[in-house]
Amino acid sequence: MNFETIVGLEVHVELKTDTKIFSPAPSHYGAEPNMNIHVKDLAYPGTLPTLNKQAVDFGMKASMALNCEVADVMNFDRKHYFYPDNPAAYQISQDKRPVGQNGWIEIEVEGKKKKIRIERVHLEEDAGKLTHSDNGYSLVDLNRQGTPLIEIVTEADIRSPEEAYAFLEKLKAIIQYTGVSDVRMEEGSLRCDANISLRPFGQEKFGTKTELKNLNSFNFVRRGIANEVERQEKILLSGEEIQQETRRYDEATGQTVLMRIKGSANDYRFINDPDLPEIHIDQEWKERVRAEIPELPDARKARYVNDLELSEYDAHVLTLTKEMSDFFDATVEAGADAKLASNWLMGEVSAYLNAEQKELHDTALTPEGLSSMIKLITDGTISSKIAKKVFKELIENGGNAADIVKEKGLVQISDEGTLRTIVTEILDANEQSIEDFKNGKDRAVGFLVGQVMKATKGQANPPLVNKILLEEINKR
Amino acid sequence: MTLMKKTAAELQALLHNREVSVKEVTEDSFKQIAALDGKVKAFLALTEEEALAKAEALDNSSIEGRGPLFGLPIGIKDNIVTKGTATTCASKMLENFVPVYNATAVEKVNDAGMVSVGKLNMDEFAMGSTTERSAFQTTHNPWNLDCVPGGSSGGSAAAVAAGEVPFSLGTDTGGSVRQPAAFCGVVGMKPTYGRVSRSGLVAFASSLDQIGPITRTVEDNALLLNAISGVDHRDSSSSPQQVPDFKAALTGDIKGLRIAVPKEYLGEGIEEDVKDKVRASLKVLESLGASIGEVTLPHSKYASSTYYTIATAEASSNLARFDGIRYGYRSESAKNLEEIYLRSRSEGFGTEVKKRIMYGTYALSADHHEELYVKAMKVRTLIAQDFASVFNNYDVIVGPTSATTAYEIGGVAENQVTLYANDILTVSVNLAGIPAISIPCGFSNGLPVGLQIIGKHFDEALIYKVAHAFEQATDFHKRTPSIGEGTN
Amino acid sequence: MTKFTAEDVHYFANFAKLTFSDQEAEVFSEIISELVEFGDALKEVDTDNIEPMTHPLQMFNVLREDVPQDVLDRDEMLASVKEHEDGMIKVPNIL
Ligand SMILES: [Mg+2]
Ligand SMILES: [Zn+2]
Repeated sequence: MNFETIVGLEVHVELKTDTKIFSPAPSHYGAEPNMNIHVKDLAYPGTLPTLNKQAVDFGMKASMALNCEVADVMNFDRKHYFYPDNPAAYQISQDKRPVGQNGWIEIEVEGKKKKIRIERVHLEEDAGKLTHSDNGYSLVDLNRQGTPLIEIVTEADIRSPEEAYAFLEKLKAIIQYTGVSDVRMEEGSLRCDANISLRPFGQEKFGTKTELKNLNSFNFVRRGIANEVERQEKILLSGEEIQQETRRYDEATGQTVLMRIKGSANDYRFINDPDLPEIHIDQEWKERVRAEIPELPDARKARYVNDLELSEYDAHVLTLTKEMSDFFDATVEAGADAKLASNWLMGEVSAYLNAEQKELHDTALTPEGLSSMIKLITDGTISSKIAKKVFKELIENGGNAADIVKEKGLVQISDEGTLRTIVTEILDANEQSIEDFKNGKDRAVGFLVGQVMKATKGQANPPLVNKILLEEINKR
Repeated sequence: MTLMKKTAAELQALLHNREVSVKEVTEDSFKQIAALDGKVKAFLALTEEEALAKAEALDNSSIEGRGPLFGLPIGIKDNIVTKGTATTCASKMLENFVPVYNATAVEKVNDAGMVSVGKLNMDEFAMGSTTERSAFQTTHNPWNLDCVPGGSSGGSAAAVAAGEVPFSLGTDTGGSVRQPAAFCGVVGMKPTYGRVSRSGLVAFASSLDQIGPITRTVEDNALLLNAISGVDHRDSSSSPQQVPDFKAALTGDIKGLRIAVPKEYLGEGIEEDVKDKVRASLKVLESLGASIGEVTLPHSKYASSTYYTIATAEASSNLARFDGIRYGYRSESAKNLEEIYLRSRSEGFGTEVKKRIMYGTYALSADHHEELYVKAMKVRTLIAQDFASVFNNYDVIVGPTSATTAYEIGGVAENQVTLYANDILTVSVNLAGIPAISIPCGFSNGLPVGLQIIGKHFDEALIYKVAHAFEQATDFHKRTPSIGEGTN
Repeated sequence: MTKFTAEDVHYFANFAKLTFSDQEAEVFSEIISELVEFGDALKEVDTDNIEPMTHPLQMFNVLREDVPQDVLDRDEMLASVKEHEDGMIKVPNIL
């Protein structure tokens, strides 16, 4: 590799408000076409924008969570371009005075931590939706027109597709924790464009960049950047020059494809929107919003590692979504052992969610339920094996582990006398295995334990069975 | 004698004593329009059926709670949206555009019990000062049908002057209420920016536009401004500033009033006859107990440059929405999206509108943004500061409204000096966001001369007080053009 | 003095989505020059340390509560639209 990869990301995140940023029309995903519209969204003559307070609060909250300085004074600007999904022929956005500036988030790739700087976070309105048809026409739905967005622009600090992936994963987690957005790429509430260039190692000046659009999942971001890097590298190695252009990632071929060449024809003619007075954000306002920000992933991760002694990896995975992390915290709060709670959430619970294509809130499992089960494991009432049965019941029908165990008669057999009787019976029936064990075949014990478990429908206390087995074999 | 030349108070008395009904008042307005508008051509659309239906409903309504404007006819400038009635901005672009909502000012005049009789002609998108730039018709000055009524609210001023309606709404971005009021010998007020909601006013230059009332008398004007003023949640730039009872200010007492006369307002480019009438008016005010002092507004010579740069920049932005997609004119010959944009806009807009869009686009372009647009906003600050420092020592500023009286239709373009002088007189007021009124103060060759009274932000009450005192001391407002005589 | 050429007319018309024949562009370059002259005059004003006046009133923090209202009826909206399909506005594809 002769070149260093330079990537900057522009991420658009839709804010989860009830109304649009500049009109009081509802702002919800999934309505019938053109049912969530207001005269302002159509840019009818004489209509004026009115600023949604919640959108400003959310913009501030996201900025703070991304370690940005929040503006003392900000305003809105009109950015002009003609397109059927942009009714006023200008988008109301923020040019010189955005809500947030100079932030950063920390990522970790292959064990190395790194800060990616965020140049700015600005508030703006989303455009409508165009559906293109093959018969030469497009259909315009303006439901999305005016949905509040924040655009997060990074510095060109990203050096690999993996770093881009890690950045997005972290960004998504942080934004989701703040509660200002669902950050779902499938629903378009998180969208990402990448600016990509290469330069020879050691060179300071950036090379010519291309802008990559249509990156519809984090994996496509990673693959798209990787493919674009490869393409640029080939061009540079052949002695040719990179053209400044916009490309899109084609998911089917895995290649980036030219959309348009960027000329000087881009002149947005920014103008301070005279319809919207300035916003002055005082300390009190900032403090109120700051107080609403919950503990963020990094802080939680640190707490899990330092206080609960989880591994870095476990702490990372558990904090990827607020829902999982909240669930974990509540489970531990309810008395469960942290390590076991973590294992169960990352193991059985995640496997179940993946298989069923569900999220935690779609299941019947509660932190109290999970905790009650873990406590029964810890105090030896049930074995891990039995726990799996209890777990299935808990996640599908809910309830409390103790009740399930009682109802289904799943209590662990820990009575030595009972177990010794069963063990004796098993040993009598398996002379060969005793022989094998005495000849050094350790595996034979496993077989014998299995037999005991089978005979007790899995309810025997495994360590106790082990102990009694060895005692009884040695007697023979 | 028509009812349309009576004041609100006179009409209210007639209605109260049941000497006339609202229906009769309304019918009288349509009768006047039928008799006169063939010559004046003030109206673009009439809403007779709705108006008469509303009049009847008003006649049958309770006598309780009727305000001073109850049952009185009004005409609306055609850049103020009216639900269900075409609002064209006198442009081919919006020839068939029927709004789905009412402007706040329209709602307010409706709530006051006024009866809207129709939509009034104007320069296309309010860009002009003669009403000759309407895509549909040229309005004539009722005082001399060969002359322009001024503009852009030419229809609004001419309709009141001719006695077709006693009230109208105009809009003022750079003098568009005051100058036609002056040319037509009626009273026109440009309120403080933010006093009247802009919701439903089709934007020309958003930081300058204001809706303003045009009437025959100062008292009527005060009543109408009271009706349409106030903060509006649909317009974030509308002010929460309390709206006083303007009529209560009409005491006639202006003793001790300090009047400033900027030397630029009686300088080069202003017709001698206009200057004379203004000087005579100052004498009248002095005789009422006011003191006069000469001041200077040093940056007023940049008013034109500043105004045209800001107004066209904002206009290029505001008029971008007219793209032939969701409403308005769409070129028949367009075959693809780009052609819809290019042809609809090129065929739908008139020359003056295109000229301003083009300059505004240039002023906002990356290469000129700082040196033109931002620079103009800085000079705007200086112009506003000029006014502020005068108001440190004076209560109002007085001068002419226009450099000349009405000129001939289709006449030669005014010379540059007159143009500059006109801009100095009117556009600086919009740039500063302050209120100003034009009232009749004399005649020159049979054409009215307007006196402009400018006040501090939100000081309309004082402006009305001064205007009213002057009106009571003179009788220019009682003279009406001969065109209306002999009817009724 | 800044000159506004026919070429400039074509260049800026592209942003404004207007179109002019070469002949019209000549005429427009003349009439726009009048405004260009106005703009030129601003250059002589000393505006060091002067803040641009973006709004005529000193107002700030005009905000709306996040409560839905005034939804526009779709059929009312479509009434002014030349062509529509399935409740959506129909436009030709970009060339
Ligand atoms: Mg961007
Ligand atoms: Zn954006």
